[in-house]
Amino acid sequence: MATSAVVGHGGAHATHGGHPPTTTGLDHRKIAIWAFIGSECMLFTSLISTYLVYKGRSVSGPFPHEVCNPPQCATTLKPILNIPVTSMSTFVLLMSSLAMVLALAAVENKDKPGWAGAGWWARQLESSKLWLMVTAILGATFLGFQAFEFTSFVHEGLTIRKNLFGSSFFTLTGFHGAHVTVGVLWLLTLFAIDVRRGLGPKDALLVDISALYWHFVDVVWIAIFTLVYLIR
Amino acid sequence: MAHDTHDSGHASHVDHAALGEVHEHPTWKQYKWVALILTVITVVEVWVYYIPSFVASRLFIPALLIMSAVKFAIVVMFYMHLKYDHKLFRVLFTGPLTIAILTLIVLLFLFGHLAIHAG
Repeated sequence: MATSAVVGHGGAHATHGGHPPTTTGLDHRKIAIWAFIGSECMLFTSLISTYLVYKGRSVSGPFPHEVCNPPQCATTLKPILNIPVTSMSTFVLLMSSLAMVLALAAVENKDKPGWAGAGWWARQLESSKLWLMVTAILGATFLGFQAFEFTSFVHEGLTIRKNLFGSSFFTLTGFHGAHVTVGVLWLLTLFAIDVRRGLGPKDALLVDISALYWHFVDVVWIAIFTLVYLIR
Repeated sequence: MAHDTHDSGHASHVDHAALGEVHEHPTWKQYKWVALILTVITVVEVWVYYIPSFVASRLFIPALLIMSAVKFAIVVMFYMHLKYDHKLFRVLFTGPLTIAILTLIVLLFLFGHLAIHAG
């Protein structure tokens, strides 16, 4: 997809897009997004740590994987996590990552008509607007699943103030949902720019940065899905 | 954003060096296979969750952790292009991630969720 192998990070050739050369030869914005992602790793690991440390220490139900019987609960409560629904939302988020890499590839190769080959599918692959919109829609679908999950939990008696599980669970997944929301807004902004003036190879870095953010949100969910939902 | 929008010069092509790309990115076919592998692993994860005998075994948690780690690594290497990009990005990502994971493990020991039984 990307055309050629590259090299040198010396810096002499690094003038690009009107920006001054950098000592690394790399664009500062890309270094910044990776540094940001590194810091986000620490943020989410602290939230996951909190969840795991509090795991199994709630004195009242509902519980994530266990049935809650009286007198711990007023009535018998079934395990609250809905694995089929969350599995579906996990799949949706994984597919959104695929759509995102296709959007980036379409933008990078915009100046090479026919780069994806011939035929109907190849023409779709070349449409950055399509893949940006698909990614945003899949992200919004994930948020819909999360809204459904949160609502059903509240109806079943689990709130952020109910017990240790509720506090740590809503904080962790809520932070993740907020990140997905920012990502969807970012994608819609890129889509609007694409519609208005078209995104091309010169904009590849902008899309690359948003793609890195989006994939990071995806990998965080991969960890949450296993550590929170599947491990009992 | 507007800054880049009006750039001229050699802006008609992707500046791969500035993006930190040292190798070609995967193709559509590779992306498709990556998505398929991620889906299969997710299906296996959910499948084992519904096997009571496996859930009760000692292998359950390690198996899930390994599958999750593989999915994590695949997304980071292929979708985030860390496998193809400049090593500085790898350092910026794996450095904090390593510190975070070590801190998580230490906290689990500290609060009694993990223990080493000697003798």
